[in-house]
This record gives sequence, structure tokens and C-alpha cells, in this order.
Amino acid sequence: MSGDSSESKTIFSPALAARFDRLVGLYPVRRSALIPMLLYAQDEIGCISDEAVAEIARRIQITELDVRNVISYYSLLHTEPHGKFHVQVCTNISCMLRGGNELFEHCKRRLGVGNKETTPDKLFSLEEVECIGACSWAPAVQVNYDFHENLTPESMDRVLDDYRARS
Amino acid sequence: MADLVSHPDEVKLLSFRFGKGAASIEKYLELGGYASARKAIELGADGIVAEMKASNLRGRGGAGFPTGMKWSFVPKQSAKPKYVLVNGDESEPGTCKDRLIFEHDPHSVIEGVIIAGLAIGSRMGFIYLRGEYRYLLKIMERAIEEAYAKGFLGRNIFGSGLDFEVVSHTGAGAYEVGEESALMESLEGKRGIPRIRPPFPAVVGLYGGPTIINNAETIATVPHIFRIGGAEYAKLGTERNGGTRLFCLSGKLERPGVYELPMGYNLKKMIYEVGGGIPGGRKLKAVVPGGSSTPVLLPEEIDIGMDFDQVGKAGSMLGSGGVVVLDDTVCMVEFALRTMKFYRHESCGWCIPCREGTDWLEKTLTRFHAGGGQARDIDNIRYLAENMMGRTFCPLGDAAAMPTIAFVKKFRKEFEDHLNGAPCPYAHHREAALATV
Ligand SMILES: Cc1cc2nc3c(=O)[nH]c(=O)nc-3n(C[C@H](O)[C@H](O)[C@H](O)COP(=O)(O)O)c2cc1C
Ligand code: SF4
Ligand code: FES
Repeated sequence: MSGDSSESKTIFSPALAARFDRLVGLYPVRRSALIPMLLYAQDEIGCISDEAVAEIARRIQITELDVRNVISYYSLLHTEPHGKFHVQVCTNISCMLRGGNELFEHCKRRLGVGNKETTPDKLFSLEEVECIGACSWAPAVQVNYDFHENLTPESMDRVLDDYRARS
Repeated sequence: MADLVSHPDEVKLLSFRFGKGAASIEKYLELGGYASARKAIELGADGIVAEMKASNLRGRGGAGFPTGMKWSFVPKQSAKPKYVLVNGDESEPGTCKDRLIFEHDPHSVIEGVIIAGLAIGSRMGFIYLRGEYRYLLKIMERAIEEAYAKGFLGRNIFGSGLDFEVVSHTGAGAYEVGEESALMESLEGKRGIPRIRPPFPAVVGLYGGPTIINNAETIATVPHIFRIGGAEYAKLGTERNGGTRLFCLSGKLERPGVYELPMGYNLKKMIYEVGGGIPGGRKLKAVVPGGSSTPVLLPEEIDIGMDFDQVGKAGSMLGSGGVVVLDDTVCMVEFALRTMKFYRHESCGWCIPCREGTDWLEKTLTRFHAGGGQARDIDNIRYLAENMMGRTFCPLGDAAAMPTIAFVKKFRKEFEDHLNGAPCPYAHHREAALATV
């Protein structure tokens, strides 16, 4: 066991580093902590940077290649930064039936970007996503982790304006 | 957060604490919480399994496997530790019920895990939430902390002399990880590639130990079974389909929402009375009865009870409880295409029939919907899908193929219409469609 990982230099905040120390000991095998760690690392630094890969590989005691293999499988994990507000529009069946496609087109126009693109000011990025578990409240959008439901183009504009005002 | 709904026909057994602040352990206890775990400790492993069998509870994750029977497959003696794994990956399009459980009643999941653990002689349970459900992870983590603080988890739970640990866990976006063996891979920190069975997880599962994997709703139902008794629970439903379940009504309905109804509740009534019928005076065209992978039903096929057996007899599946309602403005080719696009995106790529099949089907349907179709494509689509069936390592291949076959079989005319009117002859319905929601 390398209890030294937190004492040796970390790129994460003390709180997250402490959380990671606890996480690797929580499971019967260290590696089980990998996916949560990647997600939390991404939440803190905006994406999974090379440094994050290196540190997490060291903490889990696996190779960086192993870590990258896992990152490439999961759709929420990314190695390039998104916009500050990542707008994820569901166009899957339940949302499609209630205007999900039109909402996605509206967001494209409104933000002036295409799918998986980021606005020049890095404030917003846009992505068409699969079902996010809000089918009964469709059409639905997640901005970062926050759900917005029963949307119309008008209420979507208000949601985007609110985020812009918050920045 | 997601709005709660209500209808007089509901039987609020599983959802009776929703909207009452039961995410806090004090409230949960006030509402009878953790009494079932104490009861289960007294009953012991065999007593628990017997009660579960009497309840006729069938898994709410999709396949409807009898839960008591699943638990009884775990060997009593095992050199390796045994585990309980709660599947909260909830990603089948049309399904949004586990989310409400985690949000409003997280302790019922913890209590259910404890009882499952007692039933199989496990000392550790995991609650796996999809990565998108971050706000729920916080709720779940807090609930677990509270349960530890009360002595319901950890050493000597409820003073029983038994130990039990529960860990909440997050995924990071992948539908395939909801498949039970891929779920275990993911929890072990790997890509979500399924495992070949046998051996089944009940024998060789997580970290090589015997493991029971149940859907979050299945597990959250368990304490309620011990609250009212297995036989009473069974009586709420139909033969071999005990109890109630959360139905997620979505699509072209006046009152979409998640409703708790008895197993066997009539589908037509569910749509027209509980869901308030179709908006704008439009006509019903089709119903996807149990999440996107279940074959579509025609309006004349929906006068059926919603339990696993009756929906099966009607040629579809009760699945995950996601009832998606389509009216006469919907283009079925477009709907089939959107469904396939999802499965193509989610295929893990391990087996050729699934990887290539979903890809070709999406390509063909895209071209077809855009007006570039040829008559022979229609049979080709069906043929391709039929040849995926049963030829893959995990059921995702079937999940993609089954609905496709039904779309072609039941809406052949709509496919044929696309040959004449390029691009989509139903496109003009779009405006009308959006005006009604
Ligand atoms: C591709 C695929 C995705 C699945 N996704 C889920 C899911 O998100 N949640 C779930 O509970 N079960 C899902 N299942 C079913 C699980 O494999 C498993 O049968 C289920 O969790 C068992 O729980 P139950 O017996 O309580 O239904 C999925 C199955 C397949 C093939
Ligand atoms: S059926 Fe599809 S998802 Fe399942 S193992 Fe094969 S390629 Fe992967
Ligand atoms: S289909 Fe959009 S949230 Fe489920």
C-alpha cells in the first residue's frame, strides 16, 4: 500500500486528495475507486489532464494506459475541457416526442455552436445526449449535473440566460 | 427536481414516503423505517428467502426474474466473500423511476441492501448510481452516513452481532454498464465489457465472490415486503407477478409522470385515465410498453394487464416499466431510427452481430428516412435485425433487434410510404405534433 500518495505532491485540492485517500481503501480492490476518482478529478479541474491521469494511475497503482483505456469507454469522461456550462440536450425517444430535437436545434442557434462544440468565450458547450432519466418530464436538459425539465425554447432561453448571468 | 404526480388508482406502497422528507433518517424512522431490517434479522437467511418467494416479487430491472429465487441460488458456503450490488444505472430510454427512489427514499435502498445481505450471508453491499445522477449520489452518501451513525451499518448492526458495510458508487456514462456483468466490470474499475456466463454472478460475481445484482426498485421494494408480509404483497398484483411497480409514463400524454400501480393494471386505462390520454384530440398510434428495447404494441393490442406474463403473451415485454406513448403525428421510421441510433451508440463493440448490426441498421434507417430508400431495404432491415437475435454475448444485441423487427412488421406501410414521398412523408405532422405538447 502506498499511503504516501497524498504526502507526495498532488495536483488536487487537499479536500479531494483526502477523499481519494479514503476512496482507494473503501473497496476490496483499489482499482474499484478508479471511475469515481476520474469523475471527481474532472469535476475539480475541468477535464482529465495528463497530470490527473498520471496521479490517478499512481494512486490506484495501475498504468497510465490502463487509466486511458477506461476514460475512453465512458461518455462523461473527457480529456479536453468543456465550456463552463456544459449543456446536454436529450433527444432520445421520450424527449424527441416532446420536442427534444427542436430544443437541440434551438440551443445550437442560440449558442451559435454545433454538437460537441464550445462557444469562443468558453462559457457554454453543447452536446446531444442519450436518455438522462427524465423521460416523464421531457424534454429534458442537463447543464453540468443540474436537471432542467419540461422545457420549451422560451424556458430554455431563460435557463441559458440564468447561467450566463451567474458566470 | 422532478415533479411528483398522483392518481386515485395508485397504490402507494413503495412510494408512500415520496415527498415527505424521508431522505432524512429521522423522518424515515418516524415513517416505520428500519423495522423491516430488524424483522429480517430475526427471520434469518432461510426465513427471508421464503418471505421473498412468497411475495412473488420479480426484478424491476427488465427481465422480471423472481427475486426470491435469484437470492436462493447463492451458495451457502463460499470461500470468497459474497456481495450485494444494487443496479442504479437506470439508462433504458423511457425509464426514470429509480431516480425518484434515490431522491425521496434513499434509506429504503439501504434497508433493502441490508436484508439482501442477510439473506445470502454477505457483509458488503454496493449501490451503483449512473454518473449523471450526481445530486442523488450526495443524497445517498448522506443517508449511508446517517445509517452508520445509528449503528444500522458497520459493526454489529442493530446489535445483532453481524457486520455489514454499504458503499455508494458512481458510474460515468454508459448504458451497457447497466447489464449485470458489465456492471461488475465497471465497479471493478474497468471498461463495461460483459462477462460470458456461466458462471452466473450468484456463483462467481464481483471480485470473484457470489453476488446478487438487483435493480434499485427491486431492492427498495424489499423492506415493504417485510413491512406488510410476503403473502399480502403478492396479493396486490396478479398471479406470479406480486405487488406494485413504478410505471414511467412518457411521450404523447396529457399527464406524463411516474405512477405506482398494481402489477396487472390495464395498459389502456393507464394511458387514457392515469396518463390523461393523448393531447390535442390526436389518435393513439403505438405504445412502447417497457422501455426502448421492448417491441411496440398497436392500439388494438393494449387492452392487456401490465404484468410480465400478459405483456409477454401480447408479444412484447414489461421490461423496465417505461411506457412510451406515440400519437398519429409520429413517423415510425424516424422513431425506429432514433431507437437504433441509441443502441449503435451504446454497443460496446465486442461482438460482431451487435457492433456491425446496429451500425448498418442505423445507416440504412438514416438513408431510408431521408428518402434514399429502396424497396428491398425494408426486408433487409428486418433480416439484419433478425440475424442479430441470440447471437451476441449480452442481451444488448437483442434489445436493439427486437424493437426494430416489430417496427417493420407492424408499420410496414409507413416504411413503404417513404419510398414514394422523399424525404419523410410524415414530416408535415411535425408542426402539428409540437403544437400539442
Ligand atoms: C444492455 C442492458 C442494460 C441494462 N440496464 C439496466 C439498468 O440500467 N438498470 C437495471 O436495473 N437493469 C439493467 N439491465 C438488467 C440487468 O442486467 C439485470 O438483469 C438487473 O439489474 C437485475 O435486477 P432485477 O432482477 O432486480 O431486475 C440491463 C440489461 C441489459 C442487457
Ligand atoms: S451484444 Fe453488443 S453490447 Fe453486448 S457484448 Fe456484444 S457488442 Fe457488447
Ligand atoms: S428520453 Fe430524454 S430523458 Fe429519457
